[in-house]
Amino acid sequence: MIEMTDIRKSFGSNHVLRGLNLSIPKGTSMVIIGGSGTGKSIALKCILGLIKQDSGTITVDGTDASKGDRDAFLARFGMLFQGGALFDSLPVWQNVAFRLLRGSLKRPHDEARAIAIEKLRRVGLKEDVADRFPAELSGGMQKRVGLARAIAAEPEIIFFDEPTTGLDPIMSGVINELIREIVVEMGATAMTITHDMTSVRAIADNIAMLHEGVIQWTGPVSEMDQSGNPYLEQFIQGKAEGPIEAVR
Amino acid sequence: MKPLALLGRAVLAALAMIGRIALFAFDAVSHILRPPFYGREFLSALMNIGWLSLPVVGLTAVFTGGALALQIYAGGSRFNAEAVVPQIVAVGMVRELGPVLVGLMIAARVTSSIAAEIATMKVTEQIDALVTLSTHPMKYLTVPRVLAAVLVVPLLVGVGDIIGIFGGYAVATGTLGFNPAAYIRNTVNFLEPLDVISSLTKGAVFGFAAALMGCYHGMNSGRGAMGVGRATKTAVEGAAILILAANFVLTGVFFTL
Repeated sequence: MIEMTDIRKSFGSNHVLRGLNLSIPKGTSMVIIGGSGTGKSIALKCILGLIKQDSGTITVDGTDASKGDRDAFLARFGMLFQGGALFDSLPVWQNVAFRLLRGSLKRPHDEARAIAIEKLRRVGLKEDVADRFPAELSGGMQKRVGLARAIAAEPEIIFFDEPTTGLDPIMSGVINELIREIVVEMGATAMTITHDMTSVRAIADNIAMLHEGVIQWTGPVSEMDQSGNPYLEQFIQGKAEGPIEAVR
Repeated sequence: MKPLALLGRAVLAALAMIGRIALFAFDAVSHILRPPFYGREFLSALMNIGWLSLPVVGLTAVFTGGALALQIYAGGSRFNAEAVVPQIVAVGMVRELGPVLVGLMIAARVTSSIAAEIATMKVTEQIDALVTLSTHPMKYLTVPRVLAAVLVVPLLVGVGDIIGIFGGYAVATGTLGFNPAAYIRNTVNFLEPLDVISSLTKGAVFGFAAALMGCYHGMNSGRGAMGVGRATKTAVEGAAILILAANFVLTGVFFTL
């Protein structure tokens, strides 16, 4: 269970998070939606400690995320970044097996490579991709490699930051299906950030609508269309008119 | 009051940046002494900073040594001191031009490359990815580069010194009519151990400054292509200024105290 309580974060005069409260039960898939610049990625980065919140607490299974052994804490997480964030200087298999080649989860070289190739297969990539470099891959393949890296160490919690941004609808569908399959298969807790409503319906158990630094609505995806929440309705229907101001 | 306020703000900003760089340097040094160590990244940095810098260092040194011989010959002839070409080329290259030019070439070639690479990693979230993969960016990115630079730049300076002296030798014996054996004898006899020690020490300090500035500005880059460009430019400027300032201080320490 991830619990975010009264999280506040400002950058100068820009108050991005203004008291965010959110619970993500263990083994469920939560999708956070909201307009650009509403602080979705900031919320996610606060959990990982990449950005420190100004106030508020974050607990993971009852333990304060800012305390304790940081390596052990991060070893529980996998993350797929928006642009893949693959390391250009390393071949694909070393990207996937990065965590398995160093640190507390270090495995022998051949075993790490075998796991990387198995994870690449799991995301639909062939073995010959393993020795190529990220720059030689298409956007969709890079996302898949990022996904393989996120699941390589079999984490308990996986974060997906805009997993389908920049992909064509067919590739988006493939990635959405993969995410859903992997999360169910691993029994992991998932947290996804997206604008893509097709992704929301494919990936989510629960959704949370973030606007003006607070969660405006949260609930099961099955209740999303009948929420009665004006923010969520405007967002789902993509209307210019409504409580969310559209800058023209 | 306004110009004074602007001046004060600029001074405070400069002092704050010096403070941040000093803290970054202490942090980097403290991480050098603590595991884990990333051997492969260190070897890769050694190759990039040392081996791949040899051509540019060699060319810079040989042309500078040759030009120095011509200048000393032309200038010395004004007061019948043409014969001191071997000695002045040797002391000039080893004490001053070798380390400074190698340092500046490393700032141009290595600092820029480190800053651009790390800044690009930052804007493409690769540094965040490192953290989520339980890898400390300071240990993985900064320590191997700084350590490699501290170890390998003195060697580059040594090579630059030798090639620079050879440049002077080639010009002096090829066009100025110096006797080759006498030129080498005069060079070797004139140089003192302190000259070489100062040269190599400067190399280590300049290497530290060059790699540190690349890493610092890369890690603190702004967003987008403009952020990467600005980080690279500022890193090279900072490294060059730091190298020239350190050269002044070290020259004072070695030869006047």
